[in-house]
Amino acid sequence: MSRALKIILIVVLFFLYLPIILLIAGSFNTGTDLAVFKEFTFSNYGALFRDRTLIPLLLNSLIVAVLSSVIATALGTAAALGIRSFGKRFRSAVMTVTNIPMTNPDIVTGVSLSLLFVLGGKLFDRSNVLGFTTLLLAHITFNLPYTILSVMPRVTNMDPSLREAAMDLGCTPVQAFFKVVIHEILPGIVSGLLIAFTMSLDDFVISYFVYGPSFATLPIEIYSYTKKPLPPKIYALFTLLFAMLLAVLIVMNIVSGRADKRPRRSNITQLVFRRKDVEKT
Amino acid sequence: MRVRGLASPYLAWMSIFIILPLCAVVYYAFTDSVTGEFTLRNIVSIGNYWPILIKSIWLALVSSLICLILGYPVALAIARAKQSRQRFLILLVMLPMSMSFLLRTIAWVSLLEDTGIINNILGKFGISPLPLIRNNGAVVLGMVYNYLPYMILPVYTVLSHIDPSLIEAAKDLGCNRTQVFLKVILPLSVSGIISGVSMVFVPAVSTFYISKKLGGSGTTMIGDVIESQFKTAYNPNLGAAISLVLMVMVFICIGLMERFSGSEEREALM
Repeated sequence: MSRALKIILIVVLFFLYLPIILLIAGSFNTGTDLAVFKEFTFSNYGALFRDRTLIPLLLNSLIVAVLSSVIATALGTAAALGIRSFGKRFRSAVMTVTNIPMTNPDIVTGVSLSLLFVLGGKLFDRSNVLGFTTLLLAHITFNLPYTILSVMPRVTNMDPSLREAAMDLGCTPVQAFFKVVIHEILPGIVSGLLIAFTMSLDDFVISYFVYGPSFATLPIEIYSYTKKPLPPKIYALFTLLFAMLLAVLIVMNIVSGRADKRPRRSNITQLVFRRKDVEKT
Repeated sequence: MRVRGLASPYLAWMSIFIILPLCAVVYYAFTDSVTGEFTLRNIVSIGNYWPILIKSIWLALVSSLICLILGYPVALAIARAKQSRQRFLILLVMLPMSMSFLLRTIAWVSLLEDTGIINNILGKFGISPLPLIRNNGAVVLGMVYNYLPYMILPVYTVLSHIDPSLIEAAKDLGCNRTQVFLKVILPLSVSGIISGVSMVFVPAVSTFYISKKLGGSGTTMIGDVIESQFKTAYNPNLGAAISLVLMVMVFICIGLMERFSGSEEREALM
């Protein structure tokens, strides 16, 4: 690495982490203004644990993230297996449609789903359709492309004779799947699940258009503070979530570093920007 | 074959939750908000928003360009780091992306505002507060900050895939470092640049939160207009019409960029 590149790298990383450092500092601040550090305190964490609105909203976010990522992974894995056996033309048509939610701006995806739900509500004569169900349906929808694209390369690289051999040896198709196929595609399934989970947990734009007053998530609550100053316990929550994520990443890095000594980029990295290259698989 | 059937739940899902919503957008865009009859009024009244649309595209393009200028050297630096370091650095770039972008944008407000951290520091040197917020520059900064990782990641992938023997060959044939970069590395990374630019441009052109927090009355973006049609002005038909235009525009831009990048390089990427 030449010196100039190294300096740019460090400056950019500082730029990326500056607001995060500020938010973490804000969680230990007695004042509410991020710009002025008054005195050091842990009281914001106490306020967070006594809080009766943020924690339930975080739980809501977690419920939606877990359910939507699991359902999307199941549907997406099945889809990836099935799509392989389609003819070339139909497969490329299906993949083009699958890419729509990834290529479309989030706001358009959110708006289009909310219009669908409103029309559906008119059809079934219900005025308040927006709520938990619509939020979950929307999250599954925007998670699906990520899970499919994550499993697809594994399915493509899998030797089809493995499954055939299992069936020749007397496995039913279901047994063949759980005894053979799943081991081949498991890394794709896991990375798809993780991506879907984080996408769902952090989504604001799409959720904002399809949530109802009966069921909100944490990002929506944070957005609703637009006008007033944020209570510092939100910074405490941010800090805790950041610490947890950091711990998970460090553990994952150590584990996967041990698992394969071969140099390989993590699946997640590859997938995030894979969206357009997939029709080729 | 039975395997084919595995995709049918997804095909049904896709038809209901991807294709039908787009039909709903088209339906709303071409109907009257009161009578529900066919009308072109929504599409025609988009004309009022042309300046905002052009401005959104302009700011998103500027952000994409700055992301490229900042992101390319970072991607290059990571790709040239030791193999064991690369994974760590990439995680470091990705980590901020998974933390609430709302809160991170709010943190920028307290950095940039008139009584904010940067102006406080400047004040200590006797410099009067600079107008760092509520202008186009602040919105561009917010976009660059939020979407820079989307540029770094695809460029890094392409760069780390370049066969080192190509670079050695160029050196053997007498290229100096600048020539190696301009004649080998840069042409081979075009596909990563294209995909990075489109990944920054699409969310940037449609943002409404960044412009709301960091911009002022003069920095309304097309995303703000759509959001207000659905959330405050309550004219979903006009909102749908603008969304339709935005979507068509994004698809045309991406189509053009893909044509521009050529398909051979994409295959090389796989």
